[in-house]
Amino acid sequence: MTELIFDENKCFACSTYDCLTKCQYMDIDADTAKVEIEKIINQEDSFVLHDCVTCYACEEYCQNGNHPFYLIVRQQEELDLPPLPEPLIKRGVQMGIPFRGEPEIQEIKGPALNLGVFSPLGNMTKGKLFEGLPIISHDPRKMFHYFCQLMYLHYARTSVINQKLPAIIETIAAHKADEVIHFHDECYGTYVSYAPAFGIDVPFKSVHLFEYLYNKLLELKDEIKPLNYKVAYQRPCSSRLSPDKHPFVEKIFDLIGVESVEREYVGENALCCGATIAGQKKKGSRRFTLDLQEKNMNDMKDAGAELCVFNCPACMQTLGKPVAKKGIMPIFMSDLCRLAIGEKTT
Amino acid sequence: MNSTIYKSLVEIVGEDYVSDRPEELFTYSKDLGTSEPKWPDYVAVPKSVEELQKIILLANKATIPIVPLGGGLSLAGIALPLHGGILIDMKRMDEIIEVNGKARYALVEAGVSQGKLFAYLRNHHPTLAHSMPDAPPAATIGGNLAIHGQGDLAHPHGFNSDMINGLEVILPTGEICRFGSCSIGSGWFTQHPLPDMAFFLGWGGATGIITKVSLRLFPCKKIRELDMLVVTDEELVPDIFHEITHVGMTEDLVVFSQAIPPMTDRLHHIVANISGDSEEELEFKRRLIYEDRLSKYFEQGTAGIVATSQDLEKPAVTKTADWKKGGGFEYVGSVFPVAAYPELYRKGVEISTRHEIPYTVTGRVIGAGHAIMFSWSYAFNRADPESVRHANEALHETDDLVLEFGGTIWKPAVYGQQIVMKHMDANTLLLMKKLKNMLDPNNIMNPGNWEVA
Repeated sequence: MTELIFDENKCFACSTYDCLTKCQYMDIDADTAKVEIEKIINQEDSFVLHDCVTCYACEEYCQNGNHPFYLIVRQQEELDLPPLPEPLIKRGVQMGIPFRGEPEIQEIKGPALNLGVFSPLGNMTKGKLFEGLPIISHDPRKMFHYFCQLMYLHYARTSVINQKLPAIIETIAAHKADEVIHFHDECYGTYVSYAPAFGIDVPFKSVHLFEYLYNKLLELKDEIKPLNYKVAYQRPCSSRLSPDKHPFVEKIFDLIGVESVEREYVGENALCCGATIAGQKKKGSRRFTLDLQEKNMNDMKDAGAELCVFNCPACMQTLGKPVAKKGIMPIFMSDLCRLAIGEKTT
Repeated sequence: MNSTIYKSLVEIVGEDYVSDRPEELFTYSKDLGTSEPKWPDYVAVPKSVEELQKIILLANKATIPIVPLGGGLSLAGIALPLHGGILIDMKRMDEIIEVNGKARYALVEAGVSQGKLFAYLRNHHPTLAHSMPDAPPAATIGGNLAIHGQGDLAHPHGFNSDMINGLEVILPTGEICRFGSCSIGSGWFTQHPLPDMAFFLGWGGATGIITKVSLRLFPCKKIRELDMLVVTDEELVPDIFHEITHVGMTEDLVVFSQAIPPMTDRLHHIVANISGDSEEELEFKRRLIYEDRLSKYFEQGTAGIVATSQDLEKPAVTKTADWKKGGGFEYVGSVFPVAAYPELYRKGVEISTRHEIPYTVTGRVIGAGHAIMFSWSYAFNRADPESVRHANEALHETDDLVLEFGGTIWKPAVYGQQIVMKHMDANTLLLMKKLKNMLDPNNIMNPGNWEVA
C-alpha cells in the first residue's frame, strides 16, 4: 500500500503555516491556518479542501519539506471532495489509458530525453541543443506508457497516480538510460518529489530540462548571440515540486541575453495559468480564471514583456493565444534557447 | 454496351468527358460504405445545363437509367447505379455565379463543392458563411441538398435545405424548371411565397437533377471558436441542450460519444461553436451560456468545461474508420426529438457491442432544439467479409431501431427507404408514387431509390 510520508509533528511545531498563509487564492491568517491544517491532518472537512485551486504552490511554501499539497489532495479524495466535476475526472483518468499497442523498448547507453505525453512536440527537440540525445516516448501512439500521471493531483486522485506510476517507472527504467532528462516539469516533479513522498522507488536518475539546457548552452557559449528581448516567464504549477531548479530560469535568461522583466507575479508569487481552475466546481470558477489570467497578463504587459516564455505545454495551450492577443509573443523555453544559438524554431 | 449511346454522349460532352472503360467505371461503381459495387455503363461529365439536358433526353429516348453524382460521399449507396445506365458526374458544373452580399445569398451551380464555396467566401466575402457540412470538402452543394444535409449553422438556421432561395432543376423528361423568385424573373433572393413545388429535396436525385441553387448565406464573425463540455450521465444531454438553445448564443451544437479513444468512452462531449466580432461579444455569449444557464451543473459536479476558446475543428467521424483497420465505415443518420438522445446512445452501444464494433455516436442540434440529427457509425475492415457483414447487419438493425423509436432515417439506403415507406401513411405514399410517375414516366432517374411498390 503506497502511503504519503507525512510528519504531522512538523506541522504542529510550525510557527508560520506558510503553506496556507502564503496561498494566493485564499486569504488565511496564521491562526486560521493552524486550525485548518490540523483539521486536514485529522481527516476532517476544511474549507481549504473546497477552495484549493490545486496550484501546487504550498509544496514550495512549506519550510519543512512536509508535502502539504499532497496531503490536501489525498484528503480531498478520502473525504470525496474533488475540486473538479466528476465527468472531467472520469475523462482525465480515461485519457491516460494506453490503447495503441505496447511501447518498443530500446536500451540506451548514456542519457535520454523523456517526452512523456508530449510526443507530438518532438519537433521542438531538434538542433544542436538536443543533438545525439536519444528520445524515449517519441511515438504519440505509445506516449501514455510514459505518462507520469501527476496531472491527477488536480483531480484529487492520488490513488490513480499511485496505482499506475510503478508501471510507468518500470517502462522508463527498461530503457536503461544513465540519466533521464524530463522535457516537462511535471515528469521531473513526479520522479524527484512525488514518488519519494509516497515511498515509490525510482531506479533512474532524473535531470531537469532547464539544467540540461543551461549546461548545453554553456558548451555552445561561443555560438550564443544575445537576444535582447524583455521576457516574462510563466511558471508552471509542477515547478513548485522542484524549486531548487527554478533558478535555472534566470541563469538561462542571463546566458542568452534576455531580460526578465520585473513584475509582481514572478518566482514564488507566480500565478497559475488557470487551465484546471476554470473547470472547477466552485461557483464562478470560469470568471475567476479569466480575471486571474487578465491580472497575470497585464502584469507582464505593464512590465514591458515582449515574450512570454513557457515550459509547460498545458500553460502554453491555455495562455499562449491570450498573451499573443495582448501583443506578447508566446514561446517555449527550448525554442528561445535555439533562437539564441541562431537556429530557426519549429 | 451500346456504341450509339457512347457516340451520342461523346457528341454532347466531348470525348474527354465520357467513358465506358472498365478502369474508369470501376471508380464509379463503389462508394465508401458497405454497398456492393454497382457498375454504370457510361460515365458522363457535363459542363452545362444544356449538355445535361441533352443527356437526359437521350436517356429517355433509349430508356436507360440516369444517376446523378455529387461528391460521391453519401456512404449509403444512394448515388450508385443500382440498374446501370449513365452516371452523371456533376463536378464540372461548378461555377459560383453570383454572391449577393447585401441580400446574403450565393447562386451556384450544383456541382460546386462545399470546399470551393467555403474558400471563395473566405477570400472574397469574409463576412459571409454558408452552413458547412461535416462531409469532406469535396461534397457538393447540390448533392447535400438532395439528401437534406445539415451543417455547422444547423442550430441557428436548420437543415441546409431550409436555406434555399431558389432552385433550377432538370426534370427527368428534360424540361428545365426554376422555383422561387427566379421563376418570375425577379432574381434569386427568395423561395417564398410562391406555391411550393420543391419535389426535389430529399429525393436523392430520383425526381430530377438540381442544377443551380441560390443558397442563403449568414454573417461570418471575425472570431469563431470552439468550446467543449463533458457529462457522464446521458440523461443530462437534452437538458443541457435545452439550456444552451434557450439563449441562442452558439452557431453549432454537437454531442459525441465513442469507445475509442478511452477518453471519450461512456462520456458525452458537447461541442459548441461560438463566434463574435470582438472578445467582448464572445464573453457576453459565454456568460449567458455558462454563468446564466449551466452553472448549476458545474456546481453540482455533473458537467464540466473541458476547454474554451479553441480553434474550430470539424467533427471527424471518419477517424473512427481506423478502429477496425481496413478503413471502412458507414453510418445510419436519423432525425429525432432531442429528448431521445439517452435512449439512442444506449441502443447504439448495445448494437455495436453485439457486432464487436467500437461504438461511435454523434448528434447535432437542428434549430432551437427542434430536433437532433443523430448518427451511429460502424467501422469495418473492407478486406474482411465477416467484418463487412457485421457492419451491414448493424446498419440494418439501426434502421429498424430508428423507426421503432419513432424517428426518421436521414439519407436512407435502399433498405432504409423501404422500411420508411412501409411505415408511411398510405395517402402520402400514394402521392409520392403519383409524383414520381408524373415527373419520371420512363423511370430513368436514379431507379431503385425511393421506389414505391
